[in-house]
Amino acid sequence: MKTLLKIDNVSAGYYREDIIKGISLEINAGDFMGIIGPNGSGKTTLLRLITRVLVLRRGRVYFQGLDASQMNLKEFCRQVAFVTQDISTDFPFTAMETVLMGRIPHLKRLQFETRRDMEIAEAALLETATINLKDKRIDELSAGERQRVIIARALAQEPVLLFLDEPTAHLDIGHQIQILDLLKRLNRCNDLTIVMVLHDLNLASAYCNRIALLDKGIIFKEGIPEEVLTYQNIEAVYKTVVLVDKNKITGKPNIALVPGEKV
Amino acid sequence: MVDNLKRKLFSLLLLLFVMVVIGLLKGVVHIPLVNLLVKENQVIINLRLLRILAAILVGSGLAVSGIALQAVLRNPLAEPYLLGTSSGAGLAAVIAVILGISRIYMPLAAFLGAVLSIILVYNLAREGGRIRDRSLILAGVIVSIAFSSVIVFLVSLFGDQAMHEISWWLWGSLQVYDWRLLSLVSFPVILGIVVIYIFSQDLNAISMGEEEAIHLGIDTINIKKILVLVTALITASLICICGIVGFVGLIVPHIMRLIVGPNHKVLIPTTCLAASIFVVTCDIFSRTLFAPIEIPIGVITALIGAPVFIILLKKGNKKL
Repeated sequence: MKTLLKIDNVSAGYYREDIIKGISLEINAGDFMGIIGPNGSGKTTLLRLITRVLVLRRGRVYFQGLDASQMNLKEFCRQVAFVTQDISTDFPFTAMETVLMGRIPHLKRLQFETRRDMEIAEAALLETATINLKDKRIDELSAGERQRVIIARALAQEPVLLFLDEPTAHLDIGHQIQILDLLKRLNRCNDLTIVMVLHDLNLASAYCNRIALLDKGIIFKEGIPEEVLTYQNIEAVYKTVVLVDKNKITGKPNIALVPGEKV
Repeated sequence: MVDNLKRKLFSLLLLLFVMVVIGLLKGVVHIPLVNLLVKENQVIINLRLLRILAAILVGSGLAVSGIALQAVLRNPLAEPYLLGTSSGAGLAAVIAVILGISRIYMPLAAFLGAVLSIILVYNLAREGGRIRDRSLILAGVIVSIAFSSVIVFLVSLFGDQAMHEISWWLWGSLQVYDWRLLSLVSFPVILGIVVIYIFSQDLNAISMGEEEAIHLGIDTINIKKILVLVTALITASLICICGIVGFVGLIVPHIMRLIVGPNHKVLIPTTCLAASIFVVTCDIFSRTLFAPIEIPIGVITALIGAPVFIILLKKGNKKL
């Protein structure tokens, strides 16, 4: 299996203290990886440092064997896209205009979008079933619709690697499944490698082929769902009692909460 | 999209041309259209042309600066004078008057005052290698208030003369009677507008959020610095010949966003022309409404701009 992204002993933070304290991780082409962990364990920070929003204090990130911090940022963003939890803006861009922004890394300055860019954007809207929202303003969309439009924008970047930060955070279960099914399809059919932060352990279990469990800025456990999602690991990291059995349909670990119990 | 833009630009250009012709004809002395090119009217026409060119420069410069700052700071209330340029220029002008410096050097003093206040604001807002949006706005507001107080302090000490000399400043004036000064100022203003237009794609991305822009491959830290300095240069240059013309930089971008949408590749060129039309029109009113008395241009821009904006906002029922 080909290594797409190699994270080598990285540390980073916002103030004096490091939030990420020496993490190493390899992401292979074709992975559908989930990053889980309690609040403040560094999940979002890890994504932000990989996608170059945050500067590394120690360590290196290699993308396809090249030191990512040395790559031209536009060049990097032609291959790596990022989907935030939600966007809010005072500027009334339409869904189509928003998705077309995904073409920015491919455009020269002052270059207007070509026929081809429009086609790619429309294909991305079709893929995410948002083509009918094309001319609507993004601030008028529902959270689920907006999330799909943001995913469409990331697809318009034509990336090989897609990061998502809790893409289902504000969504009901119907829309959660809709988004994750879409991502699974893109992962299978379009060879898109996906890495996402998830809070819901059962969603992570059902969809991801690999899971990294973060705790206090380090990787507590990394591997296939069956290896990571054990009651020992979860209780140790989340400080809460859970019952782990098998999901009857998927055969994957199923995590049930046990109210009132302390570890 | 390009064809659509061309059509919009053409109609705006046509309207601007009409307003320029009206502006040349109207004034204290009315010149009939047939006599526009008659030799006896040459002096008046030349003076009016100078004013109109100043109006176009002020309109496009302030409105495009407003667009850039609103996007970069993601704040719909951002406007070109936000960074303390106006009070810095005003303070320098008052000091120049008190020191008895010749009026010829007033624009230079104002320009230096504006530049110094921007440098001050910019450094106050800097934390490490980057400037934070909120700090920049706060620093701008604080410096403005402090400088304005010093202006009032100096004026109350040194009496009406200083106040009289700078009163045109506070509400703006397009009485530019020097070709050389106007051409000197037009250079940084036009250059600045061109630079901002070159960054229009980046402005689109940045207006969605700073992190969003980084994920689209945009070097936000440096682009923000460049754009803040460019808007400051435009504003400082304009302020030294025309004083403070309020409202244009705040409202015209919003009006145009309601009409053509927020895409900066379209928004910037159309706003350039629309703001020129707006200020040229306001200037015609300022000269003719109570002729021979001239109403300060800043009063007219506010009186016309505010209702137009409210009507559009209510009619469109859209968010800013």
